[in-house]
Amino acid sequence: MLHRREFVKQLLVDRGDLLAICGLGSATYDVAATNDDGANFYLWGAMGSASMVGLGLALARPDRRVAVFTGDGEMLMGLGSLATIGVKQPLNLAIVVLDNRHYGETGMQPSHTNSGVSLIDVALGCRFKEARSFGEVEETPAARKMLYAQPGPLFIHARVDAQEIEQVLPERDGVILVHKFTERMRAGRRQA
Amino acid sequence: MNLAERSGLDWPDVIYSIFRRTGIRQVGYVPDAGLSRLIKLCQSDPEIADVVLTTEEEGIGLAAGAALGGQRAAILMQSSGVGNCVNMFSLAKQCRLPCLIFVTMRGEYAEFNPWQVPMGSITDACLRLCGFLVYRIEKAEDVADVVAAACDISFDSNQSVAVILSQRLIGRKRWNN
Repeated sequence: MLHRREFVKQLLVDRGDLLAICGLGSATYDVAATNDDGANFYLWGAMGSASMVGLGLALARPDRRVAVFTGDGEMLMGLGSLATIGVKQPLNLAIVVLDNRHYGETGMQPSHTNSGVSLIDVALGCRFKEARSFGEVEETPAARKMLYAQPGPLFIHARVDAQEIEQVLPERDGVILVHKFTERMRAGRRQA
Repeated sequence: MNLAERSGLDWPDVIYSIFRRTGIRQVGYVPDAGLSRLIKLCQSDPEIADVVLTTEEEGIGLAAGAALGGQRAAILMQSSGVGNCVNMFSLAKQCRLPCLIFVTMRGEYAEFNPWQVPMGSITDACLRLCGFLVYRIEKAEDVADVVAAACDISFDSNQSVAVILSQRLIGRKRWNN
């Protein structure tokens, strides 16, 4: 099993001009805890929308890589969006699901993946170019390589510990989040 | 004389020409018979990414992502789809992002299918409760002005805007039985 925060940190080290969309709950805390000054857009609601926000952004910015970080519960609520992404085949989009098999935000109730529902199989069935599951620390470099070097759409499934870790709460106001994101997106372009 | 009359265009062609003029680059939709010509026009345009959705709420996420990336999007749906979107609308509202939707009505005029009536009869009120500016079109001659105004206020003033295309405008659904 991977430590979720450590895995996210390793994926976001030297992220270049990668754009990140974060699904509500722990995925947002993980990205905020490791790289809050990056071009991240945090969703605090609209559960099930993270992958579609990623698709809209990826289509608008084909010159940039877009990664969606989200949890199993949020992904399950927007499962149809994997089919929609499979139709569009965006080369620059990766979905990273941090699967702890539980709804962490609401008291650790088991999610569907806890009963063996396979998100990898869904992603492959939806025509993702590659869908891989990672569960060991030694595999992290392979996940990084996939995220930054392979053509999408990509599905990175991380099997992570279900233990509760410190919540790191970033900005919550939507308008401020939009402005922070767009400013950093432009700054990232200048550096790149 | 309005745009439709001058050019002899049908209302879907008028909407499409305004999409072009407004710079709309992404069009998400769940198909509806009343939207079929507009969808075809968008699909045949290489400048527009047409995105077929499994459910309408996906479109609200798509439009937010497009706006974050600096592109303009429009989402097309039947009135039944408005109910599917209710919580997703909070994304546009909370982030003050433009959200432009086109809703073809069912359940209000010469409706054959009673299952369309419950959602059709609350579509307008539902959108207003969700904070949308709602512009309803009954006649083809109003399409050009109203759609252009809706695009302007949505993108220039970052508003959630719904253009309702009435069932009378679209015409009776033809059943093959």
